[in-house]
Amino acid sequence: MPADTIQTGRPSSPDLDELQTRILGDIAAANDPQQLESVRVACLGKKGSISLAMKSLAGLDDATRRQVGQKLNAIKQTISQALTDKHTTLANAALTTRLAGEAVDVSLPPRPLATGSIHPLTQTLESVIAIFADMGFQVAEGPDIETDYYNFTALNIPPWHPARQEHDTFYLTANNGDERKVLRTHTSPVQIRVMETTPPPIRIIAPGRTYRADHDATHSPMFHQCEGLAIGDGITMAHLKGCLIEFCRRFFDITDLPVRFRPSYFPFTEPSAEVDIGCSKKDGRLTIGAGDDWLEILGCGMVHPQVLTYCGIDAKQHQGFAFGLGLERIAMLKYGIADLRPFFESDLRWLRHYGFSPFAPPASHFGF
Amino acid sequence: MRFTWGWLCDHFQPNAKTDATAIINLLPSIGFEVDEVIDHAGSLAPFVIARINSVKPHPNANRLQLCQVDIGKPKPIEVVCGAANAKSGLVSVFAPVGAYVPGSGITLKAAEIRGVVSQGMLCSGFELGVSADKAGIIDLPPDAPIGASYAKYAGLDDVVIDIAITPNRGDCLGVRGIARDLAAAGAGKLKPLKIKSVAGKGKSTVAWRVDLPRDQAHLCPTIAGRSFAGLKNGQSPAWMQQRLLAVGQRPISALVDITNYIMLDIGRPLHAYDADKIKGGALTVRLAKAGESIALLNEKTYTLDRDMLVIGDSHGVDDLAGIMGGIRTAISASTTSMFLEIAIFDPVSVATTGRKLNINSDARYRFERGLDATSPQWAMDYASGMVLDICGGEASAVTRAGSGVAKPTSIAYRPGRCAELTGVEVAPARQKQILADLGFAVTGATQAKAWKITCPPWRGDMLGEADVVEEIIRIHGYDTIPQYQMPPMASASASAAQNRTGGAGLTPKQKQQLVLRRGLAARGMHEAVHFTFIDAGVAKHYGSKQRGLHLANPISQDLTVMRPSLLPGLLAAAARNQARTEADIALFEMGPAYSDDTPAGQKNIAAGLRVGMTTGKEWTRSSRAIDWLDGKSDALAGLAMLGLDEAAADLKTTAPTAPPVWYHPKQCGVIKQGDTVLAYFGSLHPAAVAAADVKGTAAAFEIMLDAIPEAASKKLPPLQLSPFQPVVRDFAFVVDDTLPAASLLAVIKQAGKPLITAVRLFDVYDDSKEIGANKKSLALTVTLQPTKATLTDAEIEAVSRSIITAVEKQCNAVLRS
Repeated sequence: MPADTIQTGRPSSPDLDELQTRILGDIAAANDPQQLESVRVACLGKKGSISLAMKSLAGLDDATRRQVGQKLNAIKQTISQALTDKHTTLANAALTTRLAGEAVDVSLPPRPLATGSIHPLTQTLESVIAIFADMGFQVAEGPDIETDYYNFTALNIPPWHPARQEHDTFYLTANNGDERKVLRTHTSPVQIRVMETTPPPIRIIAPGRTYRADHDATHSPMFHQCEGLAIGDGITMAHLKGCLIEFCRRFFDITDLPVRFRPSYFPFTEPSAEVDIGCSKKDGRLTIGAGDDWLEILGCGMVHPQVLTYCGIDAKQHQGFAFGLGLERIAMLKYGIADLRPFFESDLRWLRHYGFSPFAPPASHFGF
Repeated sequence: MRFTWGWLCDHFQPNAKTDATAIINLLPSIGFEVDEVIDHAGSLAPFVIARINSVKPHPNANRLQLCQVDIGKPKPIEVVCGAANAKSGLVSVFAPVGAYVPGSGITLKAAEIRGVVSQGMLCSGFELGVSADKAGIIDLPPDAPIGASYAKYAGLDDVVIDIAITPNRGDCLGVRGIARDLAAAGAGKLKPLKIKSVAGKGKSTVAWRVDLPRDQAHLCPTIAGRSFAGLKNGQSPAWMQQRLLAVGQRPISALVDITNYIMLDIGRPLHAYDADKIKGGALTVRLAKAGESIALLNEKTYTLDRDMLVIGDSHGVDDLAGIMGGIRTAISASTTSMFLEIAIFDPVSVATTGRKLNINSDARYRFERGLDATSPQWAMDYASGMVLDICGGEASAVTRAGSGVAKPTSIAYRPGRCAELTGVEVAPARQKQILADLGFAVTGATQAKAWKITCPPWRGDMLGEADVVEEIIRIHGYDTIPQYQMPPMASASASAAQNRTGGAGLTPKQKQQLVLRRGLAARGMHEAVHFTFIDAGVAKHYGSKQRGLHLANPISQDLTVMRPSLLPGLLAAAARNQARTEADIALFEMGPAYSDDTPAGQKNIAAGLRVGMTTGKEWTRSSRAIDWLDGKSDALAGLAMLGLDEAAADLKTTAPTAPPVWYHPKQCGVIKQGDTVLAYFGSLHPAAVAAADVKGTAAAFEIMLDAIPEAASKKLPPLQLSPFQPVVRDFAFVVDDTLPAASLLAVIKQAGKPLITAVRLFDVYDDSKEIGANKKSLALTVTLQPTKATLTDAEIEAVSRSIITAVEKQCNAVLRS
């Protein structure tokens, strides 16, 4: 039994010391929370040894009571502290024991979270939009099914024009008596639609699906272009050059990327140019921005006065430039994708490899 | 357009420092893209002319011979040869050990062939890569110089340059036009064209007649002809054959080769008739009669329309003007009399006829791009001189007809326009020089504000000032154009935040769609991009009316009609992936679907498809089979990404009375805002899934992006948090199994006003043994949030009571105890 009650009338100092020693011994000996609780009840419970000793103080003279009382209080405090400490120790030990039994195999795979991807064309398009938005261009849209007028005639390509042959146009079967429509062969008709409804200044890009009747490793019957149009006071070929050089360098993320403008021909621009970027094609490996080879990436020019006139814009008052670039082409160049066809085949292996994390949009730019 | 350096130099005296390489580098900068350069001189350098002195049989092989070969060195060498035509005295081409043989792609090694060492090889034309002849080794004339370079001897050392000619530069479809541009660009001087005057004796045996309606007279502004007699039409001279071969033209006979040569030389197609085969002594320029037909040189017969320009004799049509000649009056090896035609035809007429009949020819290509209108005047003698030199004979006088050639175009041009358009100040004197070098006549003082520019007759593409500027800046150099930054886009409507870009970038709606793309990908779906034309049979099952949506000229039978829905493309992609053993597929696409051929009939759709399990088989067993609810979850999540929160935007989901036929008829929902359909979702109809060869259940959604309202920029009300404890109570009701859960939730929300802040369905139970047939139990947890004081038991009891009463009354429900 842990604690005897003090039978004799007056607890003496040595008795109390002995009591404390005994109780502390019992606390130390307790092995689990139940034993510790028994010790606590035996000393600090209602009928516990310390509690009874406290009660017995009532019959003592003042001086003795004060002296013994102080002693008893000190013992009570010591024991309380010892109980608390022991309780903590036991709880910690119990927790440690429990946790030891809860070992897991941390090498197991995590709970699955299906991850999707963004198509490289979208990633490319968002980069293009971000760069041009920064230069003041808005995104415009137009229909895929076009009239001959918007796709050709208004762009200064009359029906007999040799340039039409280069377009491999898809035609739709005409409704009875209606005009035969075409699948737009380029995004340039959007220029016309915008100029017809918007007074200058105009600054737009128009990305979208385009179609030509051709299918092999480098031609797809459907592909994507992005048109650009800037009409405004004093917009010259020098702005065209500055704008597109900035685009090329930012898109390919090469600050000193060589960019070359070559004279070319498009019926809807005059003067016209094709734009090449510098690259190396050594040993069949293409490296952009290095070497002394050139790679054509877009066509552009000053909007033909006839086109402005078609759109009801006074060609004597206004001028500007237009350009068009192939999104698959620049995506293939930037991301090193060799074949065009898989872009539209949704092979999950290809999408996982060339796709982008939804959480990695192109660096955000002002206005985006 | 292919030409050789030597041919170019017929027309062009290069500067001291200009060689073929310099020209190849210069061409792109003045507007001619270089497609290919073939330099046989390099690849054929090791090959020399050699004579077989003697031949003896190979000791160990029946088909091989040992040839003693003189290669122009003091000692003959021994070569093993298997060619049947190897014989003593034959002069051929020898490749020494170490030479790379371009035709066979090997480098020669000193090898023992059946025990005899061959010190080189005698070559066939195929092995040299200069012809298709594999039959034997090259057989050269006996006087060919032994030991000399074969390439040089055969004229193969001329660099061949292939350049792209843009459609506006018909004048450069002849070597002379290219020479003119190069001279203007400062690479050398244009030589005058050497034209021998051919007087001609007697009248042409063939006369011209023009029989065109008055309003069609412009179809033939001018046409010239002359007859030749006493010709000998053998092989054309070697130099001509070499040049023709070098640029990819097969030599045929002297007369045919001359017409081809002149077409390539000065860009001027000619047509030669066998004059003896022309009936009636005259050729008439006329429109074809309906149903009239002609067998052309391509050995095909064409039936003509009434608007097609032809030339014919009393027998019928002999020439499809500007496109191709007829076979009946064609030049043959035995031709001794020729009638030569040099004409200008209306380019639109030539292009229209060529396209209608689908005939592509070198002549059409040049006629429709525009010819030098004066060429029938001067090219006749140029061609005649060549004919007489090569084939002998006599030429007649020239006979001419036609409605008359238009005056050359003149353009009022302000020299200041150059800087206005390009940003480059090109000195007026320099502008004048460039124009003069290109053949333009400029009138007006150099310092004058405006000039009158008369275009050369070969530049039919020149229409206005912009064309003149292009000519100047093209020759002056595009690299002289400076680079300017885009000026700020001044826009009165731009907000302060958009100041720098003038409101550039994306509209709020376009931005929402970017969020949707990335949001769907974040939900585990892969973004797909599919063709917008699909199989017509499939399209029919997706509600295609196909009015005006069929391609007239599809490239493949399964890509014939503009898609009415994005789902067929996604299903086809799922099937392809399943065939590659991908079991769990989640794809989406954003793009157009078409209900008709108008701009309004093109609808922007976001559609998604899931097949298989949510994730692959895995150890926590959290993966489960895809079902209709995945379609709904994706649709609502997608709408939320577009700014339409289900509760805040008051979206209503119901089972449509007539679900789209490609959905499971009982597992399809429609989400509306008011009367506007925003989305469909559900599991797809098993028949549609099976038709696409997809295995398993497919869940899908389609969001009608055009119907999504633009997100209003709404101001958030300030957040008011109640200091009082919310109370949560659970209820379970037994209802008819046809009752939509949403109706029950709505009744509860209404009944619990204003204390209810949330109702959440947490269990659906339909075991008929426990709750009766055609019943289901719905369990809900309701959150009550007081704002003025803590709820008392009595208040909670009162709210619960009114909820239960309302549900029992309005939903025919029984509270489950």
